Amino acid sequence: MDIIVCVKRVPETAEADIVIDSTGKGIDKAGLVFDINEWDNYAVEEAVLLKEKYGGSVTVISMGPEESNETLRRALAMGGDEAIRLTDSAFAGSDGHAIATVLSQAIKPLPYDLILTGVQAEDDGYGQVGPTLAKMLGINHATVVNGIERIEGNTARVHRELEGGLEEILDLELPAVLTIQSGINEPRYVSIMGIRKVAKKEIKVLGLTDLGIKPDEAGENGSKTVIERVFLPPVGEGAEMLEGTVENIAERVVSILKEKGGVA
Amino acid sequence: MALNFDLDEELESIRKMVRAFSEKEIAPVAEELDEKEEFSVQLTHRMGELGLLGPFVSEQYGGSDIGYMGYIIATEEIARIDGSQAATLAAGNSLGIYPIYTFGSEEQKRQWLPDLCAGQKLASFGLTEPDAGSDAGDSKTTALLDGDEWVINGSKIFITNSSSDISAVCIVQAVTGKRPDGRKELSCILVPNGTPGFSAKTMHKKMVWRASNTGELYFADCRVPKENLLGRQGEGFHQMLQTLDGGRLSIAAMGLGGAQGAYELAMKYAHEREQFGRAIGSFQVNAFKLADMYTEIEMARLLLYKACWLADNKKPYTKESAMAKLVCSETYHRVVNHAVQLHGGYGLMKEYAVERHYRNQKLLDIGEGTSEVQRIVIARHIGVPGDPRG
Ligand SMILES: Cc1cc2nc3c(=O)[nH]c(=O)nc-3n(C[C@H](O)[C@H](O)[C@H](O)COP(=O)(O)OP(=O)(O)OC[C@H]3O[C@@H](n4cnc5c(N)ncnc54)[C@H](O)[C@@H]3O)c2cc1C
Repeated sequence: MDIIVCVKRVPETAEADIVIDSTGKGIDKAGLVFDINEWDNYAVEEAVLLKEKYGGSVTVISMGPEESNETLRRALAMGGDEAIRLTDSAFAGSDGHAIATVLSQAIKPLPYDLILTGVQAEDDGYGQVGPTLAKMLGINHATVVNGIERIEGNTARVHRELEGGLEEILDLELPAVLTIQSGINEPRYVSIMGIRKVAKKEIKVLGLTDLGIKPDEAGENGSKTVIERVFLPPVGEGAEMLEGTVENIAERVVSILKEKGGVA
Repeated sequence: MALNFDLDEELESIRKMVRAFSEKEIAPVAEELDEKEEFSVQLTHRMGELGLLGPFVSEQYGGSDIGYMGYIIATEEIARIDGSQAATLAAGNSLGIYPIYTFGSEEQKRQWLPDLCAGQKLASFGLTEPDAGSDAGDSKTTALLDGDEWVINGSKIFITNSSSDISAVCIVQAVTGKRPDGRKELSCILVPNGTPGFSAKTMHKKMVWRASNTGELYFADCRVPKENLLGRQGEGFHQMLQTLDGGRLSIAAMGLGGAQGAYELAMKYAHEREQFGRAIGSFQVNAFKLADMYTEIEMARLLLYKACWLADNKKPYTKESAMAKLVCSETYHRVVNHAVQLHGGYGLMKEYAVERHYRNQKLLDIGEGTSEVQRIVIARHIGVPGDPRG
């Protein structure tokens, strides 16, 4: 079972103070701590678990600057075998579509049965790369996977998390792309010995020409979306607390909703 | 370019790993362990598995060989969450593993280090006695050679990691004779827990480090083989001084990490808590407190990292480790005081982690040489007139 995992290094923003940068189209990343995208961490763990169960290899791929080596090494320390970093000044400003283009070109020549990505990236939150990648490679995909029950021959039985607490079980012919949901496993910590073992390991670096990509297929030129402006949502007026009997409150709720155009 | 403040990728990875471990495995149980005064064998095992024990020990003895910088970052990250677990780690490494690794014979190293580095066993350093604290050279405990055995008599107090379920051996500093100048000749001897005549009693009702194991030790005609001597006879005092140089770096790391943790709690609370219709952090008097805390932590960090750099590059660092220990513990003192102040009454309640920081801080002004003793060490190194001790 040869598995490829696509990982991204992202700024941790959950508890940080976010400031819009001077271009107005992004956030100021100075001073933010970067780490592996949380969903990708689960994807790496899942790949390593599958390798431990079925044998094979795990290759981790990241598109990003030199700092992404840290993210790739982390994945190697968790049990990955090979790491590839895709980097080129022409990749700057790529959206989900352009990233999928770059990844698919890197993946095409490699042997693979499964490709895992996170459901989405913590920073952009598009959730597009996995499905787009599958389409470009012409293979199956399943999103929001929260369980891989078994793999038999050419078929994987996976569980998908749906809205409203529903779960879907489906059989998927391999090769396929699965986008992994957080909580699917308990990602291992890498011991210091593990970190040291991979510290000197070579990371293969590939650029635009190595991948056979034309300049207008990647970066801003190859993107299907254009970011016009990034802004913080305006702060609301504050909440009005409704008090009284249940009937009173219900009546007030209905009339407020009507007033504001929430119900006809 | 000679000066470089970047931590390399490996150190950053170590910090992230230890931070994740502390937040996910220590934080959820820290308050309860503290409340119950319970030492955690399980967390000690985990620290061993992750390679946190034996950071300066070569791989052949089971260490992770990451040097002082990596060790100090790991200690800092654990202390950011909990002082007790950081104490188990710092004492296990600097006071337990270090003397055996540095002064032990090949056989002693092979006998003890693999289990110690794996976190399966703990070693302790028995220096302090009821009547010999800051004046650690004034030990009363004696070890006399009788044929092929040392016969040890005396007692030790406040010995970290000495009486837990996995405490395996104590490095006991004892008087083994008289030096030509008339002063006591000191030597260190390895005394395995469980040796007849050696009893270890856990000390309870501590204000600080309540989930760290502290033991009171008694030796009554306790006999161990002659080979249990650590290094050569009469080297005990120097072994102790050298051990404490490294130990101070780890205590400093606890001060730095604790200060960082307390600061973060305070910053978070200053955002969340509103009075007079505003976040309390927006009042200038509080904002300036946070600015001072942040600045002082950065100063302390620079000094400690410099001391680690000296240690890793095999340069003298006695003065710098004393300065780092002093500055980091006193920084923690001021920072945690502000942090509790910002929490108001809630900061005095055990549900708030800042309360535990406030108590745990105090040990750092006292253990492994009080702040006064650190100033004596520094004063001596900078050449003040006379003996700063007297
Ligand atoms: C939780 C805990 C864990 C510990 N772990 C260990 C351990 O693992 N191993 C170990 O050997 N010890 C350990 N200790 C002991 C610790 O190192 C001593 O408590 C410390 O060295 C101070 O000694 P003392 O308590 O006897 O105080 P004293 O030496 O009696 O000091 C009392 C006061 O007098 C001051 N003073 C003393 N001499 C001078 C001087 N010359 N000039 C100016 N002021 C002076 C001190 O600074 C202090 O303020 C631990 C202590 C605690 C509380």
